[in-house]
Amino acid sequence: MSAIAEAGGNRANTDTVEDWFVGLYDTHRALVFSAALRLCGRWPDAEDLTADTFLRAYRAAAGYTAERRAELMSRAWLMTILMNLWRNRARSQAHRPPPDRLPDDGVDEADPRQDVPGTVEQRETTTELARLLNHLPVAQREAVVLRHVLDLSTREVAEILNAPEGTVKSHVSRGLRRLRELTEGDAQ
Amino acid sequence: MSNDPLLEGLAELTTDAPPQLLDRVAARWVTVDGPLGDVFVAYTDHGIAYLRPAGASAADDFRERFRRPLLPGARPPAGLAPALRSGATSGLEIDLRGLTAFQAAVLRTTREIPRGQLRPYAWIAHQLGRPRAVRAVGSALATNPVPLLIPCHRVTRADGTTGQYIFGAHAKQHLLAAEGVDLEYLHALARRGVHYLANADTTVVCHPTCPAARQTPTAGRREFRTLPEARAAGYQPCGHCRPAIGGQG
Repeated sequence: MSAIAEAGGNRANTDTVEDWFVGLYDTHRALVFSAALRLCGRWPDAEDLTADTFLRAYRAAAGYTAERRAELMSRAWLMTILMNLWRNRARSQAHRPPPDRLPDDGVDEADPRQDVPGTVEQRETTTELARLLNHLPVAQREAVVLRHVLDLSTREVAEILNAPEGTVKSHVSRGLRRLRELTEGDAQ
Repeated sequence: MSNDPLLEGLAELTTDAPPQLLDRVAARWVTVDGPLGDVFVAYTDHGIAYLRPAGASAADDFRERFRRPLLPGARPPAGLAPALRSGATSGLEIDLRGLTAFQAAVLRTTREIPRGQLRPYAWIAHQLGRPRAVRAVGSALATNPVPLLIPCHRVTRADGTTGQYIFGAHAKQHLLAAEGVDLEYLHALARRGVHYLANADTTVVCHPTCPAARQTPTAGRREFRTLPEARAAGYQPCGHCRPAIGGQG
């Protein structure tokens, strides 16, 4: 989690919108990209979604005063933009794998440009878990990714997903239960 | 950190963004020496997006038009400086996203006009199959995001005058003269109503700036006001400069 910053952050050099943007990008790029990758399941889609998220954020904030930009709770704000884009995309995709089946295709989580031999073993473990994540029902996947991959609090996840905390907790616990079943099922 | 292997596994699924991802969002800018003085150039991962005379408003104009973050570039895009020096710009990648399909088509057609040659606005409209859209061609060229690189200075009015230019009308004449265009001669032709030159030996009719027209011996040279008149006299449109069907265009 060292690549992901704490809430708030991004305080220095926010006079121009570009300074503010570079700070926002450097502070939150790992968070946004990790969320995009684990929601989409595919590296190229995650790059598109991350680029779109930061471009939307820039376009929204370009019209703000420096004071208003500085007051943004930038992490939750960015994640809300990401979730809106992701949900619009998911809605417009005609074909998605049914959540109760485990097709072998559709998951492509590795960076095609970074094929380092030493990490193969670790890669296989994470690839397997990422693949299983991709087969959770969407609401459970969203809640598990935000809560346990990004390590956000239940309260912040609820704010980002615009859902009651109780609903988030329920999606998380059902998602984890399903993942345990899938992991055990694969081990046998 | 919990001892639950599932939660530990999930927490390990974070990944930093790939290094080149920022350049899919932000454009970069540099200042380079051009034939009309320093120019401001902004570029994205899709190519060069914007070129304007260097000055205080260029960056703000870019932000307003493209609505992208604009960060300092480390160095000019490969090939830009030699292209600006030589006028040979066909190898450069140009980012035409954000334009309408028509605007982009106008610019792509303009890009095909060779150095040292002129075409009227109406020629572009004809090439695009929209012969009546001459005014729209003019608008698209007036807002050319990358003058010099897409040579809108080689598109001129049917009456032989050079017309407006983003760097100023005088700069347009200066550039054309530097490319070897004899504007005095072309104005003299236009004043006599001559817009096409033909070669009596080859029976080919050209735009006056076509190399084929310039190589025609004076004795075999024929002058025409319109292309239909030339065709009626038995001349075929040149395959190189492709004069369009139509009137004074």
